[in-house]
Amino acid sequence: MIGIKSIATYVPYFRLNRSELARAWKGGSIGGEKAVANFDEDSLTMAAEAGRYCVRDWGRDQIRGLFFASTTPPYGEKSSASILSAVLDLPKETFTMDLSDSLRSGTSAFLTALNGVQQGAMKEALILAADCRLGRAGSELEQLGGDASAAVLLSTSNLLATFEGAYTLSDPFIDFWRQGDEIFINSWEDRFIKLYGFTRVITEGIKGLLKKYELTLADFAKVIIPAPDARTLQEVTKQLGLKPNQVQDPLFANIGHAGAAQAFLMLAAALEEAKGGDRLLLANYGDGCDLLILRATEQAEQARGKTYLANFLSSKNALENYEKYLTFKGTVEKEPPRRPAPDTSLPVLWRDRKSVLALYGGKCQKCGTPHYPLQRVCFGCKAKDQFAEVRLADKKGEVYTFTKDNLYGVVDPPLVMTVVEIEGGYRIYCQMTDRDPEKVKVGMPVEMTFRKLHEARGLNNYFWKCRPVRSEGGGKNG
Amino acid sequence: MAESIKDKVAIIGMGCTKFGENWEWSVEDMVVDAVYEAYADAGVGPEAIEAAWVGTAYSGAGGSLLGDIIKLHDIPITRVENFCATGMEAFRNACYAVAAGVYDTVLAVGVEKLKDSGLQGLPDSMPRPVLGVGRTAPGSFALIASRYFAKYGIGKETLAKIAVKNHRHGALNPKAHFQREITIEQVLKAPIIAWPLGLFDCCPTTDGAAAAIITRQNLAPKVRPDYIPVKALALSVSSMWPQFRPGFDYLGFSANVTAAQSAYQQAGIKDPLKELDLAEVHDCFTITELIIYEDLGFCPRGEAKRFIDDGVFELSGELPVNTDGGLKSFGHPIGASGLRMIYEVYKQLQGKAGPRQVKNPKLGLAHNLGGTPQVCCITILGLP
Repeated sequence: MIGIKSIATYVPYFRLNRSELARAWKGGSIGGEKAVANFDEDSLTMAAEAGRYCVRDWGRDQIRGLFFASTTPPYGEKSSASILSAVLDLPKETFTMDLSDSLRSGTSAFLTALNGVQQGAMKEALILAADCRLGRAGSELEQLGGDASAAVLLSTSNLLATFEGAYTLSDPFIDFWRQGDEIFINSWEDRFIKLYGFTRVITEGIKGLLKKYELTLADFAKVIIPAPDARTLQEVTKQLGLKPNQVQDPLFANIGHAGAAQAFLMLAAALEEAKGGDRLLLANYGDGCDLLILRATEQAEQARGKTYLANFLSSKNALENYEKYLTFKGTVEKEPPRRPAPDTSLPVLWRDRKSVLALYGGKCQKCGTPHYPLQRVCFGCKAKDQFAEVRLADKKGEVYTFTKDNLYGVVDPPLVMTVVEIEGGYRIYCQMTDRDPEKVKVGMPVEMTFRKLHEARGLNNYFWKCRPVRSEGGGKNG
Repeated sequence: MAESIKDKVAIIGMGCTKFGENWEWSVEDMVVDAVYEAYADAGVGPEAIEAAWVGTAYSGAGGSLLGDIIKLHDIPITRVENFCATGMEAFRNACYAVAAGVYDTVLAVGVEKLKDSGLQGLPDSMPRPVLGVGRTAPGSFALIASRYFAKYGIGKETLAKIAVKNHRHGALNPKAHFQREITIEQVLKAPIIAWPLGLFDCCPTTDGAAAAIITRQNLAPKVRPDYIPVKALALSVSSMWPQFRPGFDYLGFSANVTAAQSAYQQAGIKDPLKELDLAEVHDCFTITELIIYEDLGFCPRGEAKRFIDDGVFELSGELPVNTDGGLKSFGHPIGASGLRMIYEVYKQLQGKAGPRQVKNPKLGLAHNLGGTPQVCCITILGLP
């Protein structure tokens, strides 16, 4: 038996109400709000978030495969999966792979990983899918596109859902495209790419799958179709003759279409409600289609809430306006601060990797004094090189002290700079993100999150920040 | 403990430029003006200088920085740097060389030219690509203010009184960067730089230079009758990364406490509030001055507010602090500040401080702080 042991989602803190887009462009709104990555997030950092929550209850010991799927990886050349493997502190022998260029890359990763697990090459495999696609100002994609990520842990035991079959089609049909140096996605007339193109591919794929496995649509409790918009979903529903309660909600009202992550986000939502024995059809689209048959187990009912979807959806803050959205996306150029631009050094980042990527501190084995970053000599007893390395990424913390700095230039001032005390007495001096500056105070509970600090010499300088606790939902602190 | 520096060396001449946004003056201009004022003050010339120390954090490197400007060639010159305590470090090293008996007369110079960079605040000195990124000088000290506020329940009004005091003193000083008084209301309404610190809680970025000529104390009376002996020199260096240090409480700096203990011991001071007649302290931010009151034992822990409210540190108070306006009003050219503080104590002890003269001072302290913070340098001067 093989299948999904854990599935988790990540939805960024900010939402843009679509009426704000309608205001900016004096156009219509499809209603609702879309999830917007903070200025310090990209597909890699969002994937790290979903990945951490996905493995939180299970540990990372058995994972030997990490697959990163996104149409918006931060680098054209440089594997994100290898960085993510280090951030998630997976063993070095982990097989890492980046899948890109297609909205279908998430399910392609799933099928590739599935092979690896089936053949015993990896006991468990983690699939991370994330996207932050950009539509041009005033476009429908700008309204629909949302930023989010999802993670799926494949295993052979403790399964929420078992894998029962797959069917794949490749198709050269072009609907959305973007060349390497372009920021925005190009497309064609809706009627051609969606009503004709999407509908044709998905219905053809589903019919092929049903035939292959001798099933009918009535055998499925839920059909999950990451359609490009509501109208297209309706058209597919109609053509296939699906009942309304069989169609999984596309999350357009509160996230938007999250590209390569969309299929897993919808799957997570479906599994949150699935009963043991429910059969699910995941019909992912992009340059053809990947269709997966999954069957929920009794365990799915025990794991309610473990996708973190409800928590991250309820912990949110509205972007004040469209201008702020543009600055977050970096599509407008702001006057730089009159401060020295932060630089980087590859060798330093390399030497610091255990502290800055995997977030390890040390605990003195002679006197117990904790420290971060890793040191050679103990603060307490001056013992040399006698430390137990301790991963701090998933530990609880609180703000020991803070400032709201307007001098250091950031995209979203003020820069909330904090000293966080992590349980065990570790101190981390870091920036706070996903915060409401008015609510920051000494003693506030925080959790750590992996972010992009700054770009220098074309390199993304990633590091950890703290944020008011979001993973418990509700936006208690902001 | 080894012998104290007390009464071994003395200052026989000092110079200090006008501090400010000195657009018309280069590093060279300011060094020349400070050094030649010191020569004139001491009544000696360059031929008397056997060795020199020059302190600067950002405005040059190497001993030749000084030698080339004032054409002191073929003598030992050392460039000194220890964050914002750089100026006093130049002085301290010069004093020890004289005390060691290696030289009779030496020169210590501090200089900084910050306004040529076009940048606000100080350059970032964190050497790592991501660790500590986001730090600024006001941000570092704001961390202390936030914690102190949370612990002792004081607010920005108390800090504002420090800024108002130092501006009042600076208004009496023709060499100060800012020579105007400000009100509590102005301080509280000013834009926030790094919460809770507003514009008037922060010292400015400033250009300036200062210099001192030091000789063996037994030689000093032959140069001038009102030479000023050094009573104590102390330096304490703690972690540059207090933010990462487990257990650091943000309510005081251990470097201040240990340097003060050493300096008081050298000078034989038991009760600094009673025995010192004035103090120049490193008020880079208002919260820093407050913490220094407590670290240096001018008042008990957590009680700075009461002493501030009682006016203890005003020019007319029991222990006037920053009589020349301090960093807040006189300005803070990093490498020069430590020597500027000594300049004020020197002038006060000579009775030459003009409208801001403290009555009959006999013992004065200068305190220079560096780092984020954790480098503390203290000099105590007194009458012979």
